Amino acid sequence: MTTISPVAPQDSTLPKVRVDMLPLLLVPVLALLMLPLVGSFPTWVTLTVAGLAMGMMVFMMASGLTLIFGLMDVLNFGHGAFVSVGAFTATLVLLPMKGWVEADSILMNLSVVGLAILLAMLVTGILGWAFERIIIRPVYGLHLKQILITMGGMIVAEQLIHVIWGAEQIPLQLPTTFRGAFIFGDAALEKYRLIAVGVGLTVFVTMFLVLNRTKVGLLIRAGVENGEMVEALGYRIRRLFVGVFMAGSALAGLGGVMWGLYKETLTAAIGGEITVLVFIVIIIGGLGSVGGCFIGAMLVALVANYAGFLAPKVALVSDILLMVTVLLWRPQGLYPVAKR
Amino acid sequence: MIRNLLSGDLPRSRLLSAMLLVVFCGLALAPFLVPGARSLNVAATICVFVVLVASYDLLLGYTGIVSFAHTMFYGIGAYGVGLALHGMGPSWWAIFVGTAGALSLSLVLALVIGLFSLRVRAIFYAMITLAVASAFAVLASQLSDLTGGEDGRTFKVPEILQPGFRLFDAEILGRAIDGKLITYYLVFCSALALFLFMLRIVNSPFGRVLQAIRENDFRAEALGYRTVIYRTLANCLGALIATLAGVLMALWLRYVGPKTMLSFEVMTDILLIVVIGGMGTIYGAVIGSALFILAQNYLQLLMAQASAAMSGAPLLANLFHPDRWLLWLGVLFVLSVYFFPTGIVGRLRTRALLRRLR
Repeated sequence: MTTISPVAPQDSTLPKVRVDMLPLLLVPVLALLMLPLVGSFPTWVTLTVAGLAMGMMVFMMASGLTLIFGLMDVLNFGHGAFVSVGAFTATLVLLPMKGWVEADSILMNLSVVGLAILLAMLVTGILGWAFERIIIRPVYGLHLKQILITMGGMIVAEQLIHVIWGAEQIPLQLPTTFRGAFIFGDAALEKYRLIAVGVGLTVFVTMFLVLNRTKVGLLIRAGVENGEMVEALGYRIRRLFVGVFMAGSALAGLGGVMWGLYKETLTAAIGGEITVLVFIVIIIGGLGSVGGCFIGAMLVALVANYAGFLAPKVALVSDILLMVTVLLWRPQGLYPVAKR
Repeated sequence: MIRNLLSGDLPRSRLLSAMLLVVFCGLALAPFLVPGARSLNVAATICVFVVLVASYDLLLGYTGIVSFAHTMFYGIGAYGVGLALHGMGPSWWAIFVGTAGALSLSLVLALVIGLFSLRVRAIFYAMITLAVASAFAVLASQLSDLTGGEDGRTFKVPEILQPGFRLFDAEILGRAIDGKLITYYLVFCSALALFLFMLRIVNSPFGRVLQAIRENDFRAEALGYRTVIYRTLANCLGALIATLAGVLMALWLRYVGPKTMLSFEVMTDILLIVVIGGMGTIYGAVIGSALFILAQNYLQLLMAQASAAMSGAPLLANLFHPDRWLLWLGVLFVLSVYFFPTGIVGRLRTRALLRRLR
């Protein structure tokens, strides 16, 4: 009788995935390098916080787009429409409830802004579902048509905003307790910028946890790497995608509300203007990578702020210069996604 | 003769031929057919847009490249001539210097952008061009010492092109032969020549390779064509012709400014025209431009009446507000990408083909 040798015990663990730390270091290194150039410490703190705040808002708008692209290979040129719609929806709450906005109470201010954000995310989420259904579904896999059709969707959405809310720009008032600045020594930190950083970090951490610690997140990440394999394992990637599309649109809506409050005036072109910045960010980050998108957003915003202070003329093209530099270093973006 | 002029690429549909003939005759005789400065302006704009859109069709319809930088090249041409005439005074030499400078700048930019990003996928190129074009537009409106900023620059053209100039005192068909008329025919003839040139290109062996790349770039590469080189060449060619279109527009308007030359609206106009007219046909540019520019100028009058008629219902009246004409063209655009991706021209040709087979 032959003895069946037991299967050799498996090696205890899989080899660890190497974490690519280099891009992570870029943001602090850049900030520190600029310190001597800016000269005064308080100015530097103000500039850095302003940059981080802007970066967080851009990240909110860009993260959905990059996930949608990574998961389903769809680049939505009409993503900016969700930003505009989100911002304009917020006026439906903020303008009628003017009393709460003007009240000098944190609780009332927070609840009215929270309500506006909730409504905006709900509306843009539903709109995202409709957009996916009507506009994008018939053109999966056809890049040329996707670009054209989402561009067309953007034009129509922008015009519809004009139809519903009128063509004039709408002033948007920042709630009373969000105004002004904290003074630390000589450095002035605007309150609203700190709030934006807080909201942005919350979004990023939540997204990070969902993607890395839950089953849905696992499926999404697997879908980005290899969608067909996920389907072959019996998961309906289509449903997953619709969910991600809605979430991405809702995030764009959130970003739109934050951005609108930051600018304090609304025009229908607000989304179109930000789209260019969002594209630069996701190219820098590597198409499809959320982490890269976060770093890209911080880099773009910080560079824009520092350049605006040090050399205003250069600031006009600082985004492009940054993009070219990054692409010369890593042609696929900071964190290239395996498949592409 | 006609077959040679059109490079063997005839309209291939009786209705299309008739439409093209109407547009051609209309444009050729525009100064004598309709009175007034406004209608002549419409005709000149159509001429320029035919060239601009056809050169975009070279990229989008024939090579399958989506570029958002086409207005940038258009703007370079316009600003080149405009700034040269503004700085050097009204002379033909200034026009020549401006055009040559603009052409070389366009060529360099197109080459750099092309080599930088055409290796990768279509979507990447679209995003990069969008970013570069918007940065260029910002630069043009901010460097106000050079470009005149948001206000732009007005300038004088050489004497023979100025409205006050009279070639001779007598009138022909009730129209004085003035500088405006001469400028119009300069624009018209240049546009016609450029159009025929593009028709020649797309029907040459080079054009066939471009179409092969559009259909299946992998196979084209396998057949031994260096697709990157062909794509870059097409990109440069499109950019150069767009630059020339910009030159013509600047000469006609005697003005350059960021709003009319570089804004993103011009880009969306080009996209709408090329898709509605018909991608990959060149003739689509003619039909599309004529319809679009006419709609832009005269549809608004119609919509104003509709809006006034519906003033009872506020939202409905808004929907037909004259400024919302782009909404309806946007809807038409989305529908045409779905339901007739070959546009008006493609539709007419298919119909004619089916009838012949029957």
